[in-house]
Amino acid sequence: MNEPAIGDIWVYLSASPLLGLTITLVAYGLAYRLYLKADSSPLVNPVLTSVVMLILLLVLTGTSYDAYFEGGQFVHFLLGPATVALAVPLYQQLSRLRALWLPIMISLVCGVVIAAGSSIGLAWILGGSTEIQMSLAPKSATAPVAMGISETIGGIPSLTAVLVVITGIVGAVTGTRVFELMRIRDDSVKGIAMGVAAHGIGTARAFQISNQMGAFSGLAMALSAFATALIVPWLVDLVGI
Amino acid sequence: MSFLTGITLLLVYQLVGEVTVRLLGLPIPGPVLGMMMLFITLLARGYTPESLNTASSALLSHLSLLFVPAGVGMMVHFDRIASEWLPITLALFLSTLITMVATAAIMQLASRWFGPAPVIPEQSTEAGRNE
Repeated sequence: MNEPAIGDIWVYLSASPLLGLTITLVAYGLAYRLYLKADSSPLVNPVLTSVVMLILLLVLTGTSYDAYFEGGQFVHFLLGPATVALAVPLYQQLSRLRALWLPIMISLVCGVVIAAGSSIGLAWILGGSTEIQMSLAPKSATAPVAMGISETIGGIPSLTAVLVVITGIVGAVTGTRVFELMRIRDDSVKGIAMGVAAHGIGTARAFQISNQMGAFSGLAMALSAFATALIVPWLVDLVGI
Repeated sequence: MSFLTGITLLLVYQLVGEVTVRLLGLPIPGPVLGMMMLFITLLARGYTPESLNTASSALLSHLSLLFVPAGVGMMVHFDRIASEWLPITLALFLSTLITMVATAAIMQLASRWFGPAPVIPEQSTEAGRNE
């Protein structure tokens, strides 16, 4: 008696966006608690743990990504308005932006060129296909931007989205240690480097270190989204791929 | 109500950005243009409305959550990643480190050469109070 009922419920749930949306939020909630329990250790980055939990769950229940994304898309959609929302911290940092605009612009343009150039170059040296090189090129920009660029230069947008997330996790996990080794104490410098290299996930990490680092990281992420969109397609044209 | 007004404003700017990008065939994504338009609006008005503050801090404080569904997309690309795992993982890891180190080094040098006096702690608290 019970079994067909549970089967029916499962059929209903797997066709409705409710399940995908709910498990995304529950997984993130758990991952975030784990992160707080571990004293905000960057190794248990909440994006990383929730992605691993969700993939395991989907694979074990034999659920397809498309079925999951029916619900996941509601969270994913918010990346758009969140990108627009970056104008607000950008505006609030106006006084610092004015004072430091030249060094910021210089490091931003160099950072964006280095990010795209090194990923294309390294992937090429290591024997990656052109598609992979192009999917990697915009990886340091925030997801919606990177996906758009990947599409225009001949990469695979959905693969780029994944690479963007992994890049953010790598930046967030290694960032503090790297800055320690480089003996950088200035939060504005750390923030700019984090935002250029590791976009929103790096910025989320930066806000946990200090507000100033977070604000600069958000600023760098917003500006580098813009710079990546302008520079990377042109760079790809230039190297003639 | 305030949150609703804020999120509506964000969506309106995104929409205007998307439409403009498509109409003019610009090479940048719609939300990025929306962000620049909102930034210019804020510059012109000289302050951020409370509703916009509420909505943007709500969205940005959970920014990393928004990347989760895209990250789960990894499961679709398992085969692709498995067949080219070396260039993908090594290029991604090294390039991210190189970018971070180089950008930090350049920013540090550039702010020494072109910036105002180096940001000392007192100065940064003062700037913090200004906001």
